[in-house]
Amino acid sequence: MTNANGRFGIHGGQYIPETLMNAVIELEGAYLHYKEDPEFNRELSELFNEYAGRPSRLYFAKKMTEDLGGAKIYLKREDLNHTGAHKINNVLGQALLAKKMGKTRLIAETGAGQHGVATATAAALMGMECVVFMGEEDTIRQALNVYRMRLLGAEVIPVKTGTATLKDAVSEAMREWTSRIEDTHYCLGSVMGPHPFPTIVRDFQAVISKEIKVQILEKEGRLPDAVLACVGGGSNAIGSFYHFIDEPGVRLIGCEAAGRGVDTFETAATIATGRLGIFHGMKSYFCQDEYGQIAPVYSISAGLDYPGIGPEHAWLHDTGRAEYVPVTDDEAVNAFEYLARTEGIIPAIESAHALAHAMKIAPQMGREKILVITVSGRGDKDCAAIARYRGEDIHE
Amino acid sequence: MSRIGKAFENGKAFIVFITCGDPDLETTAAAVRAAAANGADLIELGIPFSDPTAEGPVIQSANVRALKGGVTTDKVFELVRELRRDVEIPLVFMTYANVVFSYGTERFAARCRETGIDGVILPDVPFEEKEDFQPVLNRYGVDLVSLVAPTSENRIAMIAQQAQGFLYIVSSLGVTGVRTEIRTDLGAIVEVVRQNTGIPCAVGFGISTPGQAAKMAAISDGAIIGSAVVKILEQYGKEAPERIAEYVRQIKAAIR
Repeated sequence: MTNANGRFGIHGGQYIPETLMNAVIELEGAYLHYKEDPEFNRELSELFNEYAGRPSRLYFAKKMTEDLGGAKIYLKREDLNHTGAHKINNVLGQALLAKKMGKTRLIAETGAGQHGVATATAAALMGMECVVFMGEEDTIRQALNVYRMRLLGAEVIPVKTGTATLKDAVSEAMREWTSRIEDTHYCLGSVMGPHPFPTIVRDFQAVISKEIKVQILEKEGRLPDAVLACVGGGSNAIGSFYHFIDEPGVRLIGCEAAGRGVDTFETAATIATGRLGIFHGMKSYFCQDEYGQIAPVYSISAGLDYPGIGPEHAWLHDTGRAEYVPVTDDEAVNAFEYLARTEGIIPAIESAHALAHAMKIAPQMGREKILVITVSGRGDKDCAAIARYRGEDIHE
Repeated sequence: MSRIGKAFENGKAFIVFITCGDPDLETTAAAVRAAAANGADLIELGIPFSDPTAEGPVIQSANVRALKGGVTTDKVFELVRELRRDVEIPLVFMTYANVVFSYGTERFAARCRETGIDGVILPDVPFEEKEDFQPVLNRYGVDLVSLVAPTSENRIAMIAQQAQGFLYIVSSLGVTGVRTEIRTDLGAIVEVVRQNTGIPCAVGFGISTPGQAAKMAAISDGAIIGSAVVKILEQYGKEAPERIAEYVRQIKAAIR
């Protein structure tokens, strides 16, 4: 899907300081080698299955289906993975790759903390040093995850610059990588950044759609009518979409965080409100002002609170192969509570964005239709924030 | 040879970086004039960007202050037009890809020529991505200045062969900012540069003292100082231009 220069249509590329160029070239070379290496793939499969608990379940949400009265709803349970989110898929792949490359130290950015926790986990498992950059604002919103990372032996560095959220954590991790490359791998957490990251992360996350395909054929004997996933940078979404891109009968729907609404400035919906730009190593769509200054975006979800979108999503949007829809804080919080009550599953507030859109479209669809929604993570980490959103103050 | 070449005709070149609009554009104009009058051979004007990923804390803060003060790309072009009434040394922009791209590369290049900018440095545009910018800038007589880093190794020759204006040699790993020591074997890098291009090269990142500047200029064609100058602006604000004049005199005397 990627062409020679790491482009998806006009998107992607390698807009990074010269200091990092040989590092990404070396990474690409190593990746191209190991992705064909049977031993690497055997080790990764073993980690996926024995350690992360794959394959994750494709669960028929019977009560939700009956309650909404339309399409049959299946939930892809990435929340059941070890560490509680899809992030572990990518991290195990990158950590193993880094180890093969002789790196001894992982650095990562994190928004909600799920990618940071996953990276700290893999580092602990593989005996590597780990430093995680996290916006100071997010260390407050996601204090529990900060504790988890420290418990796992990682150093967490609160980033105070800019808006003190995910984009600033990415910038700081890039700065750190520029200063220490020899022993350090930047374990980027989403399908973004310079080539080859969008491709590497996608390939490691593609296990999600690979499994969905097998599981839905087993259960229903046919492919779904639509696959839904939330999109920040877009890693769980691209993972959920990837093996369906060449199946034109399957609608692909990415759900962006609209925050307080796409007509306000407090939004993180990039496709809805952004325009073409160059940032964080890639050409893609970004929320920005008329002079190209990156916008301080907002969402209740720390994991979707990012002003850009991965280049492959930008391309899927350009070609019309995937649709991207905005979902507000309010809608996501309602879906968060709805899934807890209806199915006894507390989803991550990120994943709740996809569930919220499913709640809108499922009732409009016939009962013979099938929707698959990826529950990218579990929601324990969000309980305090959602309680606050509802005006209740609880102590963790 | 472009106008940038003139910066290297007066002995070793001293290149000064200033973030536009920190603390305000009047002070920037005064600081540029002070530097130019006291021996700076070329000025890099930083157009502020919200997320300057190649900068250390000092220049990051300057970007924040400038943007808070309401600086825009258009206002920076007006500043250049005003400076060009009397400032004759080469002026280049240092900014990030998105600032140029979102303005419209063609429109940006045209305004560079119209106001008197000689080159553009984009630290997030490596050799592989320069096709987006270089041909357009060149059509308007504006150079795209390339950078080589301590990690460039096998890439130095390729970059040097297509370099324009001057070649910016990044002294050490990491982001911009003052360093106590520079350990990279810059002599070896300069040697490869010389074998592959006739254009001058200058060393930047981490230089602040006259001693460091002299050492860097001795192995190349000049020294670039940013963070140390921006620090003076941070500390003295509107009073900074006088101090910058003194600082520039000291450095130029050391490297001459």
